[in-house]
Amino acid sequence: MNKINSASHTLWGRLSAWVEGDPLPREKKAAAPAPSAPREKKPPVKKMRRFIAFYRVMAVVFCVVIIGVLMATVNALPLFGRADNPASNEVVQRYVESGLEETGAVNIVAGMILDYRAFDTFGESSVLFLAVTSVMILLLRDKNNTDREEDLRTARELIVENKSEDVILQRIAVILVPCILLYGIYVILNGHLSPGGGFSGGAIAGAGLILYASSFGMIRLHRFFSQKTFTAVTTSCLLVYACSKGYSFFTGANHLPTGIPLGTPGAILSSGLILPLDICVGLIVTCTMYGFYAMFTKGEI
Amino acid sequence: MPFVYNFPFFSIFLAMLAGIITPFLKNGKMAQRVSFVMIALVGAMSGILLFSLMQDGGASYTYMMGHFPAPWGNELRAGPLEALMALAFSLVMLLCLCGGLKDIFEDILPEKQKFYFIMINLLFSSLLALVYTNDVFTAYVFIEINTIAACAIVMAKDSGETIVATLRYLIMSLLGSGLFLIGIILLYGITGHLLMSDIQNQVVQLASTGRYAMPLTVVVGLIALGLSIKSALFPFHSWLPGAHGSATTASSSILSGLVLKGYIILLIKLFYRVFTIEVIRELHVNNILFFFGLAGMIAGSLRAMKETHIKRMVAYSSVAQIGYIYMGIGMGTGLGVVAACFHILAHAFTKPMLFATAGALSATRGHKKEFHDLKGSAYDNKLAGVGFTVGALSMVGMPLLAGFVSKLYFAMGSLDEPGRMWWTLLVLAASSVLNALYYIPAVIAIWTPVKKGADAPVQKVRPGLAFVFSVVLFLIANFALGVGFAPVIRVIESGLSLL
Repeated sequence: MNKINSASHTLWGRLSAWVEGDPLPREKKAAAPAPSAPREKKPPVKKMRRFIAFYRVMAVVFCVVIIGVLMATVNALPLFGRADNPASNEVVQRYVESGLEETGAVNIVAGMILDYRAFDTFGESSVLFLAVTSVMILLLRDKNNTDREEDLRTARELIVENKSEDVILQRIAVILVPCILLYGIYVILNGHLSPGGGFSGGAIAGAGLILYASSFGMIRLHRFFSQKTFTAVTTSCLLVYACSKGYSFFTGANHLPTGIPLGTPGAILSSGLILPLDICVGLIVTCTMYGFYAMFTKGEI
Repeated sequence: MPFVYNFPFFSIFLAMLAGIITPFLKNGKMAQRVSFVMIALVGAMSGILLFSLMQDGGASYTYMMGHFPAPWGNELRAGPLEALMALAFSLVMLLCLCGGLKDIFEDILPEKQKFYFIMINLLFSSLLALVYTNDVFTAYVFIEINTIAACAIVMAKDSGETIVATLRYLIMSLLGSGLFLIGIILLYGITGHLLMSDIQNQVVQLASTGRYAMPLTVVVGLIALGLSIKSALFPFHSWLPGAHGSATTASSSILSGLVLKGYIILLIKLFYRVFTIEVIRELHVNNILFFFGLAGMIAGSLRAMKETHIKRMVAYSSVAQIGYIYMGIGMGTGLGVVAACFHILAHAFTKPMLFATAGALSATRGHKKEFHDLKGSAYDNKLAGVGFTVGALSMVGMPLLAGFVSKLYFAMGSLDEPGRMWWTLLVLAASSVLNALYYIPAVIAIWTPVKKGADAPVQKVRPGLAFVFSVVLFLIANFALGVGFAPVIRVIESGLSLL
């Protein structure tokens, strides 16, 4: 025993212990007897405090430097809205001048995000899908993230939800929810004609669903909107987006005609693929909004 | 336009479609099959594309996404470098998943396995898009997808340790995305373009006239900073060991082999196609990256030496290897970047093998990961032992293996520049010794026989078919890159000359 102990003090002994994968710190502790213990207790706290203080000071210094640099940069940037800015070039010119003719959308922004740069928007819709799916990985109830206590609490909450109805909230929700949903649908459907579109309309409709769920409870909502509907709606909308836009990208790149009519600008059925794409994006955003709410409050959709 | 030129678009869309249809599938097993078929198809398409581009004597082209030409619509671009990277990424992705397949189905709850493959498919699509894109905003959109998916595959294991690691990773990664986004917003403000080639024209003009010099410097700084945080360059590496060390085996392999590399490829593309290497040299950004690369090579290795947890050690070694790649980029010479690109491949084919075999070795010891528990584990899974040994030797820089060739090219790249030569060679030498100092003890530890009936639960594990396939192919790829590196270097050179 003595021999081994002394061997571990020599350089070679330490090296061979390390090579064999034995943890060194444990030996050190064993070698160093008790007297060092009380001494050891104080320094880490002091060190830690000093480190935290240093960390805070450095964080502030760092932020101030970054803010300073960015402010100076903003000061050196071209002024907003001037005619000779680098950003007012042929790109913007074509969007404004021939956007209506080329995309058929009165709302040029809709034309830009759903026709000129539809690939980016496809990416953005996938980000929403991805975000909800990641939250589902984390929060969807399973044996890892729930225990008996939590199950009991949920059951209690469910009883409270069913028994004591909040009359004021429910009466107001009865009036508000249909209006909100209708307004959301209106904004989505008129995305190519007026300001709005899938993202904003979807957010409105999603808020309507959340209001319904929080005033009448999830069970009432599950009658027409369960996890199955949720998955079906999100994935089929993305699928429709991917297929229709994939077709359009493929024909565009190979210089083939698409055969999709643009219609008369201003009519509700016009501007080619923009209207269906807006509906898809709108439904995805609605589901995402509600999905986040449901996952964070109940851990299920 | 030849039909082959559609393949980049098909690859990205196929990967996204596979991700989108996965929720309709019955279970994780089905989802895994769909992913495998998709990745194999993408790999085959990238291979054909690379072959046909090289047959044309190294051609590159742009691909219109839709009916509107480039500055108005989106655009993809493909050349030999892009096709090579797509091919390598699909191969590595497939092998990473094969190598960690058993752990995926053990570590992740059955009802959530489908979600894991959604993340894998979309992560893969984002990597392809980062490689092929010709538009900085598209790059940002796919960086977002990449960030979320990468965090989710760490979190999927769902233990306390992975949640903490994911949080750190998420915060750092989002900081990086934010800086990158601010960078491209400012860049749009001073150039008025999002398409890479158009920005380049404007940047060259701005640099020659000296207009907006200060914002341009800040833009280059922000973009380089953002991407180096996301690819764990030395002072920003603190998130890496936790995330790579605690995730399930396949996730660790994918994160170290591919996710870090996607951002580096984007950075190289931005340096060449957007800012031009002359402007970068004038602003001395490459010197800064060079310095931090060197620092990372030493600091990562020193930290890895202290580690007794096998996966964390391998993760710290990634910090050092990322340092090598940034050193190559920082040299600012053609040969340096060629070496950096080669090291991206070498590391992508080596590090996942190390993670996969480390996972398999620890499976023979009841999933313990400390070295003193792993003593003799190589005898219980010989293939994993051989894989770990070869991977370690490759990282140390043994001739015949991939790691040697990249070190050789780094050294050769430095010879052109007397000012940097001594630094590069000194740090290369020091870092090689340090690499050996932590990899060789690990190898000795796993091959040290232990007496049976010791306190550790020893479990002989018959390696599954997927694992054998993965490790054997990784070994072949390592030797192939180490011996037949000439054609790969030629492809990289012709690809970089076209950027």
